[in-house]
Amino acid sequence: MDILEFKNVSHNDILHNISGTLRESKITTFVGPSGAGKTTCLKMINGLLSADTGEVLFRGKNIFDYEITKLRKNISMAFQSSPMIDGTVYDNLNLPSDIHGETLDRKRAAGLLSLVDLDESFLDRRVRDISGGERSRVSLARTCVHEPEVLLLDEITSSLDYVLVREIERLVKRMQSEMDITVIWVTHDLEQAKRVSHDMWFLRDGELLEQGPAEFIEKSKNPEIQAFVKGEK
Amino acid sequence: MSFAQLALSLIFVAIPLGLALYLKLGLEKDIIIATVRSIIQLLIVGYILTFVFESDSVIFIILMILLMIAAASQNVVKKGSGIPGITLIIIFTLVVVEAVTMGILLGFSIIPAEPEQIIPISGMVVGNCMVLSLLFLNKLKDELNYSEEVIELILSLGGEPKDAVSRSLKSSIRTSMIPTIEAQKTMGLVQLPGMMSGLIIGGADPFEAVMYQLLILFLILTTAAMASVMVGYLSYPKLFNKRLQYIGLTQSEQ
Ligand SMILES: Nc1ncnc2c1ncn2[C@@H]1O[C@H](COP(=O)(O)OP(=O)(O)OP(=O)(O)O)[C@@H](O)[C@H]1O
Ligand SMILES: [Mg+2]
Repeated sequence: MDILEFKNVSHNDILHNISGTLRESKITTFVGPSGAGKTTCLKMINGLLSADTGEVLFRGKNIFDYEITKLRKNISMAFQSSPMIDGTVYDNLNLPSDIHGETLDRKRAAGLLSLVDLDESFLDRRVRDISGGERSRVSLARTCVHEPEVLLLDEITSSLDYVLVREIERLVKRMQSEMDITVIWVTHDLEQAKRVSHDMWFLRDGELLEQGPAEFIEKSKNPEIQAFVKGEK
Repeated sequence: MSFAQLALSLIFVAIPLGLALYLKLGLEKDIIIATVRSIIQLLIVGYILTFVFESDSVIFIILMILLMIAAASQNVVKKGSGIPGITLIIIFTLVVVEAVTMGILLGFSIIPAEPEQIIPISGMVVGNCMVLSLLFLNKLKDELNYSEEVIELILSLGGEPKDAVSRSLKSSIRTSMIPTIEAQKTMGLVQLPGMMSGLIIGGADPFEAVMYQLLILFLILTTAAMASVMVGYLSYPKLFNKRLQYIGLTQSEQ
């Protein structure tokens, strides 16, 4: 079953006529070189950007036909730069609840932290004083607060060391299968994409060159993709 | 002061003029232009004020205040804020602040309803509002640039525009009010505020002058708070579109 669909989506001069589908309860990676439009595609799914022509469908319905605030709560995004509000790690984990007039239980917050392998003592640390890798893990934990149906992850492992990268990959795969959620994961690392994804989209210069099962992409005859695959190794 | 005395005060123009000539500072022309302009402008204002005071007509008072508001808005808008529709927001803010402060001053008979009181005080209120609006818009610009990612983050979590910008708004309001508050703390220690000095020179009892000056200080505090809060809360919806996407400040207007 497809949960999301891009139908002839164009955006400014960044995306050109993108059409593709994303399967429910699967991990799809968006792969491609820098500037390909991966982040832009993710923002479209969350409704932070809208298509000039074409549309993005969630369960067969244009995302803007939903109440956008509710939809966004359900389609959570971890940004490339892991933005944080000033304050403590707890303040940041509480942010999604705070926005909707609730307060996050400290126990639950600690539980979320342990998901990303951070100790409970981090709750009271100021976000300015934590490392880039810790930051991206807090950001990942924050996306899980509302137990969304779709998780959008934008280069969440780029500031982590090898061991942590693998750990986060395992974690996301486990979350995906345990909670049965759909994950769209942007990465420029083809090896990572192969490790984690069921499906892949290959983007370049705002175009969707190829989509399909992960193994399939690597064998693509498309010269641009071949060049990318070779360049990686 | 007599005209003869005023004419003698031109000595104070002659001194810098002489220095500029002697040292070849190249400022002679500017000094002369500045002197002539200030004489003409202030004489005109003097005549207008005399006319308005003598006519004692409400219409002229209102016209005079509207003129101040127009000039002040023009001053803010021409700086280019990047916020669509800022002109109306500024005019509305100035009108409301002026109306509220005058309403309180006159309603509680804090000042007598005389043009001699209303016009100078309005001038201070409107002028201060203008300065605060400019200060606030500058701070807001910096603040938005700095927190663009957090704004998108909050939207992406299902937040409304007001959730997304409330931190930036509050911080800009705070920082634009701080100079006003700080200035009050040192008031009278370093130099006498201009209005108070004016009253004392004009022969008023120092305590009377102090009381007036305090009134003005409190008034300025109110205008500072009202101006930044109003401009802020009226402006932020323009930074978003109907789909709750962040558009930010428009670049072209600057
Ligand atoms: N707000 C914007 N205004 C104008 N151009 C933009 C904007 N955001 C992105 N772009 C451009 O659109 C293109 C795609 O950007 P996008 O961020 O989606 O790429 P990406 O695939 O995520 O790249 P990276 O791997 O470097 O993050 C880039 O050329 C970028 O310069
Ligand atoms: Mg990107």
